Amino acid sequence: MIRVVLPYHLRRLAQVEGEVQLEVEGAVTQRSVLDALEARYPVLRGTIREHGTFARRPFLRFFACEQDLSLESPDALLPESVATGKEPFLVIGAIAGG
Amino acid sequence: MSRVRVLVGTRKGAFILESDGKREKWDVQGPHFTGWEVYHMKGSPADPNRIYASQTSGWFGQIIQRSSDGGKTWETPGGGPSKSPQGWPMGESNKFVYDTSTETGKPLTTHQWYDGTQHPWEFKRVWHLEPSLKDPDTVYAGVEDAAIFRSTDGAHSWQELAGLRGHGTGPKWQPGAGGLCLHTIILDPSDPDRIYIAISAAGAFRTDDGGKTWKPINRGLKSQYIPDPNAEIGHCVHHIAMNSSRPGVLFMQKHWDVMRSDDAGDNWREVSGNLPTDFGFCIDVHAHEPETIYVVPIKSDSEHFPLDGKLRVYRSRKGGNEWEELTKGLPQRDCYVNVLRDAMAVDSLDKCGVYFGTTGGQVYCSADAGDTWAPIVEHLPPVLSVEVQTLS
Repeated sequence: MIRVVLPYHLRRLAQVEGEVQLEVEGAVTQRSVLDALEARYPVLRGTIREHGTFARRPFLRFFACEQDLSLESPDALLPESVATGKEPFLVIGAIAGG
Repeated sequence: MSRVRVLVGTRKGAFILESDGKREKWDVQGPHFTGWEVYHMKGSPADPNRIYASQTSGWFGQIIQRSSDGGKTWETPGGGPSKSPQGWPMGESNKFVYDTSTETGKPLTTHQWYDGTQHPWEFKRVWHLEPSLKDPDTVYAGVEDAAIFRSTDGAHSWQELAGLRGHGTGPKWQPGAGGLCLHTIILDPSDPDRIYIAISAAGAFRTDDGGKTWKPINRGLKSQYIPDPNAEIGHCVHHIAMNSSRPGVLFMQKHWDVMRSDDAGDNWREVSGNLPTDFGFCIDVHAHEPETIYVVPIKSDSEHFPLDGKLRVYRSRKGGNEWEELTKGLPQRDCYVNVLRDAMAVDSLDKCGVYFGTTGGQVYCSADAGDTWAPIVEHLPPVLSVEVQTLS
């Protein structure tokens, strides 16, 4: 079971409260986690990754285990503690706007 | 008794203002989509309960919302449980992908960037939603970077009308301060194949074949900020308005200049006349008097607020050139707001109502065609768009 923390506006859009818990089959990577997230909540398609290219939107970051994983390959394995559900995978909106 | 429903898009959500035909007491609903920019909302002429909204964010991109009960509840049309033939959820209501297919599309070329270099086309947001006059499930979207899309399934999925972007002049299109946006879509009620659009800063275009091919309609426009002031392409058209009883007559608020065309945009002439400044963003036409038009003059392209701090609507009853200032009920000192291009609308009640919203968060209504004004609300976030539905 994978735990995902979404920013406020995406929680409201997906109509969820608190963390999202997902089952991911196979390797636990950014891509497989986000694929599972978007399959559960289709309204999130295009809001975290661009349609078509699946590139991370510029003002979003991916954190886990006190590391910034935003620039990692989407197919790189996420830390073991994320894969086991001990730590959440965080989708963070960049601080901007003052 | 007739009612009016005013749809207000703001920097921080959407609001719906309703009143009876007297337009004196208002019920304010909202904010919907709190914290998101709502560039535009518009109701279907074929089904007033069907409303489309463009919800957008620099962080999270584009969302299309749809209501089937007059704005009480909303849904993201592609975001629900519907499945593709392969069993995957669809979720395409916000999927605006330029059509580069060999069968129907055009190559994704470049447009001019602010510094004069060429820049690839990138989708950013939906500026304007224009529901079909006949079918509640058909709606057009004007987007940034400039293109027009159409949905025929109630905003579940979108297809680009790529003939516009592929007109061939794309490399000369350049973004205005707000971006390279297609902000105006006008459907001709007398000819379902005729559509007018406007782009900042490319100009106005018209299709006569339902969107397959487009022609620029900018003859007569003069813009000092492009190398050839009379060029076919490059004009910063801010808004165009039409009275549906006379679809060949168009009125335009350009960056500078108020213009008029009596031949469906083939030729334009300036009708700024005695306006104190002819810079501005919005323009609209009286619902029953096709020669009565409204603008809100703004000081200049460098100073986006009313001249002398006085918020004044100007009305011409002669289709331009001769303008009268309308001030009763509007602040006549210390007012430094702007009125954006899609933030003026009219209702179709017997005494035509005129509405506009400001970047200061006020929405004003005149229930007597502009003679007197009163605020409906005064403290909303900056208003991006105002549309009105007249309900029986």
